[in-house]
Amino acid sequence: MDFLTSVLTITIRAGTSLTIATIGEILTERSGILNLGVEGIMLMGALSAFATVFYSHSIVLGFLVAVCIGGLLALLHAFLTTTMRANQVVSGLSITLFGTGFSSFLGQRLGPATNNFRLVGLRAERIAPLAPDWAKNIPILGAFLNQDIMTYAVYLLIPLAWFFLYKTRPGLWLRSVGEDPQTADAMGINVAKTRYFYTIIGGMLIALGGAHLSLSYTPGWSENITGGRGWIVIALVIFSMWNPARAVWGALLFGGINAVQFRLQASGTSIPANFLNMLPYVGTIVVLVLMTWWEALSKKVGAPAALGTSYMREDK
Amino acid sequence: MSDTAIPKVEMRNISKSFPGVLANDCVDLKLRKGEVLALLGENGAGKSTLMNVLCGLYRPDRGEIYIDGKYAEIHSPRDAQKYGIGMVHQNFKLVDSMNVLENTILGLRDEPFVPDLKRVRSRLVGLAEQYHLDVDPNASIWQLSVGEQQRVEILKLLYRNAEILILDEPTAVLTPQESHELNRVVHVMKQEGKSAIFITHKMEEVMEFSDRVMVLRKGKVVAETDTSATTPKELARMMVGRDVLFQIEKKPMTPGKVVLELSHIEALGDRGLPALKDVSFQLRAGEILGIAGVAGNGQRELAEVVTGLRRSSKGKMQIEGEDMTNKSPLEIIRRGVAHIPQDRASVGAAGDLSVASNLAMKQYRSRPLATGIFLLQKKIFEFAGRLIEKFKISTPSPKTQVKFLSGGNIQKTILAREIGAARTLMVAVYPSRGLDVGATETVRRQLVSQRDAGLGVLFFSEDLDELLQISDRVAVLFEGKIMGIFDANTVNIDHIGMLMAGMDREAGA
Repeated sequence: MDFLTSVLTITIRAGTSLTIATIGEILTERSGILNLGVEGIMLMGALSAFATVFYSHSIVLGFLVAVCIGGLLALLHAFLTTTMRANQVVSGLSITLFGTGFSSFLGQRLGPATNNFRLVGLRAERIAPLAPDWAKNIPILGAFLNQDIMTYAVYLLIPLAWFFLYKTRPGLWLRSVGEDPQTADAMGINVAKTRYFYTIIGGMLIALGGAHLSLSYTPGWSENITGGRGWIVIALVIFSMWNPARAVWGALLFGGINAVQFRLQASGTSIPANFLNMLPYVGTIVVLVLMTWWEALSKKVGAPAALGTSYMREDK
Repeated sequence: MSDTAIPKVEMRNISKSFPGVLANDCVDLKLRKGEVLALLGENGAGKSTLMNVLCGLYRPDRGEIYIDGKYAEIHSPRDAQKYGIGMVHQNFKLVDSMNVLENTILGLRDEPFVPDLKRVRSRLVGLAEQYHLDVDPNASIWQLSVGEQQRVEILKLLYRNAEILILDEPTAVLTPQESHELNRVVHVMKQEGKSAIFITHKMEEVMEFSDRVMVLRKGKVVAETDTSATTPKELARMMVGRDVLFQIEKKPMTPGKVVLELSHIEALGDRGLPALKDVSFQLRAGEILGIAGVAGNGQRELAEVVTGLRRSSKGKMQIEGEDMTNKSPLEIIRRGVAHIPQDRASVGAAGDLSVASNLAMKQYRSRPLATGIFLLQKKIFEFAGRLIEKFKISTPSPKTQVKFLSGGNIQKTILAREIGAARTLMVAVYPSRGLDVGATETVRRQLVSQRDAGLGVLFFSEDLDELLQISDRVAVLFEGKIMGIFDANTVNIDHIGMLMAGMDREAGA
């Protein structure tokens, strides 16, 4: 029972950052912009949040800074792809390369002199679970109580994002821009503005997902703290068929495998650690392939039709 | 209506250029209230450009627009909407994956944050009844036929209280019966005091639909007259600038052996639904078999099965008596089958490659254009030069990228290449679509001369007149089924129209 509770706790906690980032990327891709900069933006979000909290001791400020950094990087992507009409894949990969390198660089420069200017190995305030200690020890139920405020916020965000996308006027406009920008434009919707807006919103949410890693899930900064989660997010967007309501299941699956292998390692199994570390990624990809395959066979595929293409009104 | 009344729309001195083309050259246009104006002109005459200016999609280089006599600033489709201008574009502006209701309110700023779809539906149904535009409001666009989609487009404009409707070649995708329906709808709108501009290049439609007609040629207004004061022949002359030969000389057919035989062919469409159902026919050498039907009834799939681009799930296909069912495109090309595809820009030609490369595309595997794995550039350019001259392809040089050519010249490039490769069978899918009168004539003549040279020609067209004129026999395709095969010289055009709409005369429709 104890094992199950702890696996469940970690599963839900690990799912948080993935789900936020996935919802962010869904909003971006729904506008027709493919942002492959997720990994880089998450890393920059994680670094900036941790550094800010380390010096200011304010978690709120840490989140704010991360959101701003994420928004700025996404703004760059929107500018390159929408205004300059750069290839979306190239621009996104550049942002990931930049974010990976620059976060690693800053991690060795922003720290205090006492730590050789490094941020690695330092501790700062973290977002603590809300519930009192006794509540966390209740079997099973404790797993749901032993979570921080971000996690609860995410579970509020999922239905909101779904409702926004499918039931509201701006959601309808957003979907139309990603499906058919020519039509959206002819109907009086500003395609460029829409794409800028949701790429930036998406970048902010992605950075928030990164911040959750360094402020709650694995508190502290370590190089490449995301461990490829940015790429898992890209996969989860496909898995969710661009539907926020489905994003959480993929995130929990990844978190779940992660939690199980984590516990196995802690219990001193003879399976090599590297193999166990690989499991969440392999598992996610296998399930993803199966699910997408099955979906594609059974009915329509849900990718926004104009995903990855640029739009200019008087193009011939 | 007197000329002194303030026009509903007045466009003054509109000029608009694209790189290398002056699409509109100081065009003036007046549209009176309650009037239907036909805008007649060849492809590339600047009709659509002018209307795209009016509906806010294009910004003119020069010129002003006045609505009800007042200067109107139209910088975007949204501005145009405010002035009550709505346009049904040639490529419908509908989001395929959304339903009719969602498409109706798309872009409307006065809808509440959470749109009340029930209210939208009841208003839409009301409008549909008023104008006899029958459509299921909950259907997704991709489930609708092209005719239904057009009704959605018109309903969408009516929902937005459009006072000025622009219809860009609305009948191109309709059966004759549907065209009559559309004419009636336009008539009702006229009675309600709405005005319409109607783009077309068909004289009969001008006569049938419009009160007044304006003829554009090479971006300029060449004539403007009341419809009742002119004749189709006169209009055609004004449009083209010379007398047009509507007839094509055709020798009687001398059919040879069977070159293509389909027996009980079935195939799935892109969405995995059956697109061809039990299709059987024979095509002989020296014969043109025309395929009639409203777009989207399996024409593309049929052409793709014959050329090896799509697998058939059932049935058998023979070329010159040999089983070629589900063989690769290369094997079918090697049997001497040529293909002029429906989508000339993306399937027919590689836009980023040069004219010469595109012309050589079916012969580069062997001598004289190549030895081993090496292409002989000099030979390729000589080869291309000959074809460019023979087919009168107007291109700055053989090295020009194909995407910079006009639609007509891209089509001539494809035609030149395919005719060179054709030995047994020519599959031509909408080969004259979107071409001007001159290029259309070239295409039609070439098809007939291929037939006279002893090839079988499988000819797809949406233009019934063209189809009956060129073909020896006509097959009607409806929802993937062959509704009947007729002799083109004796068949009744109304009967074909009924079959295209899926109605059998016997069924008493």
